Amino acid sequence: MRVALMLTCINDTLFPDTGTAVVRLLRRLGVDVDFPEGQTCCAQPMVNTGYLDEAVPVVRQFVDAFDGYDAIVVPSGSCAGCVRHQHGLVARRSGDPALEAAVARTGPRTHELTEFLVDVLGVEDVGAYFPHRVTYHPTCHSLRMLGVGDRPTRLLRAVKGLRLVELPAAEECCGFGGTFALKNAETSVAMGSDKVRHARDTGAEVLVAGDNSCLLHLGGILSREQTGMRVMHLAEILAQTEAD
Amino acid sequence: MGATFVGMPPFPEAAHAALADTQLRTNLRHATHTIRDKRARVVEEVEDWEALRVKGARIKDDMLARLDTHLVTLEESLTARGATVHWARDAAEACAIVAEIAKAHHVDEVVKVKSMATQEIELNEALAVHGIAAWETDLAELIVQLGDDLPSHILVPAIHRNRAEIREIFRTRMAAAGRPAPDDLTDDPAALAGAARLHLREKFLRARVAISGANFAIAETGTLVVVESEGNGRMCLTLPEVLISVVGIEKVLPRFADLDTFLQLLPRSSTGERMNPYTSMWSGVTPGDGPQEVHVVLLDNGRTTVLADEVGRQALRCIRCSACLNVCPVYERTGGHAYGSVYPGPIGAILNPLMRGVGHDKQIDSLPYASSLCGRCLEVCPVMIDIPEILVHLRAKVVDAHRDGAPGAQDLAMRATSFLFSDPSRMSLAVKAAGVANRVMTPFGKRTLPGGRRALGRLPGPGAGWSDARDLPMPPRTSFRAWWKATDGGRNEPPVVGPRHTGGAG
Repeated sequence: MRVALMLTCINDTLFPDTGTAVVRLLRRLGVDVDFPEGQTCCAQPMVNTGYLDEAVPVVRQFVDAFDGYDAIVVPSGSCAGCVRHQHGLVARRSGDPALEAAVARTGPRTHELTEFLVDVLGVEDVGAYFPHRVTYHPTCHSLRMLGVGDRPTRLLRAVKGLRLVELPAAEECCGFGGTFALKNAETSVAMGSDKVRHARDTGAEVLVAGDNSCLLHLGGILSREQTGMRVMHLAEILAQTEAD
Repeated sequence: MGATFVGMPPFPEAAHAALADTQLRTNLRHATHTIRDKRARVVEEVEDWEALRVKGARIKDDMLARLDTHLVTLEESLTARGATVHWARDAAEACAIVAEIAKAHHVDEVVKVKSMATQEIELNEALAVHGIAAWETDLAELIVQLGDDLPSHILVPAIHRNRAEIREIFRTRMAAAGRPAPDDLTDDPAALAGAARLHLREKFLRARVAISGANFAIAETGTLVVVESEGNGRMCLTLPEVLISVVGIEKVLPRFADLDTFLQLLPRSSTGERMNPYTSMWSGVTPGDGPQEVHVVLLDNGRTTVLADEVGRQALRCIRCSACLNVCPVYERTGGHAYGSVYPGPIGAILNPLMRGVGHDKQIDSLPYASSLCGRCLEVCPVMIDIPEILVHLRAKVVDAHRDGAPGAQDLAMRATSFLFSDPSRMSLAVKAAGVANRVMTPFGKRTLPGGRRALGRLPGPGAGWSDARDLPMPPRTSFRAWWKATDGGRNEPPVVGPRHTGGAG
């Protein structure tokens, strides 16, 4: 099985540690993951702001980089959701039947990280060790667009030393929403502040999620409020072992 | 009745005031969470809820595919049962038809059943021009009307008011509209409802003309259906001599048996009840019983435009339950007025642009963006309207409508992003620039994120929208792709996770 890591643009530029964590985790599980260097972005920033023409060359770049792999692993529910559910829309806009056919191949082969671990590799205990109290925020697109369900929490519960505390109103949106965070900044922050309040109420040290975009927003609020609570991508917890 | 949505600013500006109103925020959080929880409880007890949703969506889609035929059947059935059918292309035509009928009966007042269609066409304001007072009889609509206010919710138009505010409105405003509120009125809900009952009763007994909408219009039998909770609707539908119903053309259902599905879906989604207290059905005129003159105004007002939109047409399935408002995290924080229309919340954010078109009004163009696309609206919609899909579709229509004009800052930013992401070598250069930025900006990154990573505080220019309330992590020195290249995917160097490498995520 040829497995490609679709890291996402935000992880590549702002959160490379999430990328190295995924590589380390997958290698430990026996997957020789590749990083196609032609990859850039899933095109979601353009699609969700209404710029479909601008999204076309980005989706074309995506299929150029990933067509031919058996599985494409994405450490982001939102970007995986865009690949699976929105690339078709962009391809139709292009009017190019070859692009439509290509996205029909890459879409179903794209898995969010926890889907890949649980469904494709069939593991829940990935051999991780993280002796901290954490709470988990299920991001909207992983939950409602992909339907990852309890896969992330099953993985977290199997981590040695980790104590998972339930986040109140967990399924409420954090308020990031891509360009929503800028176009409707005040509403976005109002939503994020409530999410942060719930997270702090748990007494956890770490707020975990599967999307660094949501964590960029929540971490920014936590930092500004000087709470001392930190945010971490799920992959970085799953990558840590007792040897670290 | 002077309040109007005309001239409302775009959503972000309108939301600004609402977000600062702590009383409003408290009222909204309490009210939306109460209804949301009630809905969740009564939906959970229906074993085949998902199958019901699928069935509801399918019945509506089948109806919409043959809307022309069903409407003609409805007209024939209604006419055969003694009703008079009128067709209205837009709000002006519908208002003129209603005003003509009222004037023919020489009345200076009408009583109204709560109706979104008549709100949409601003019928009360149109009748006022003819010297006809239109009295709202739904409790929440009465509160809005007496308070010279605007509705902020489809089901509970006064959701932004708490009981202390309602007591004040009743005490100061009721007398000018009829029977005054008792002097010793408290803010006890039963006392407030009692005052409204006494105030409204004299209007029910006096009015000769009533105006309603309809939740459903059955083509097969010519039956109109109104679903309500307070009994005011039953009063209006049975006591006056003349009944005029303004009905959006998408309200038609082919068969009487179709009601079975919708009378299960609507109350549970709307008020969170297993069944609503009052369901009134009437088919034309029944001699000697109820109104002896029955009019039905079939209203287009943009609905055929929505029908022509292949993605947007599913919005015509909407049964105005307002479940999407009650779960929406944006609505919960901004309230309904920020949407600038009688249709607020997620459904309003799609209905207004779909019915009125995009590209000509900044307020309408701002609505598809008034969402984080979290998807909760789709999850609860009883007729499975994919609101997030339509929002994205409408955003594209807004962008396309402005493509011929001079590009704005957002257009340029998106073109630049597209250019950058269309070629990995350009992206490599950009991430290298981010690494340089790290070196340049490190002295300015005075803040430290929990975990040790340096952060940027307040940013100038367009970044201020982000940084007014959120820190931003400093870009790392090395991007992932640079690390991959330098280490042959970590084979030349064991990959390192955690704060030791670049300072940790977030």
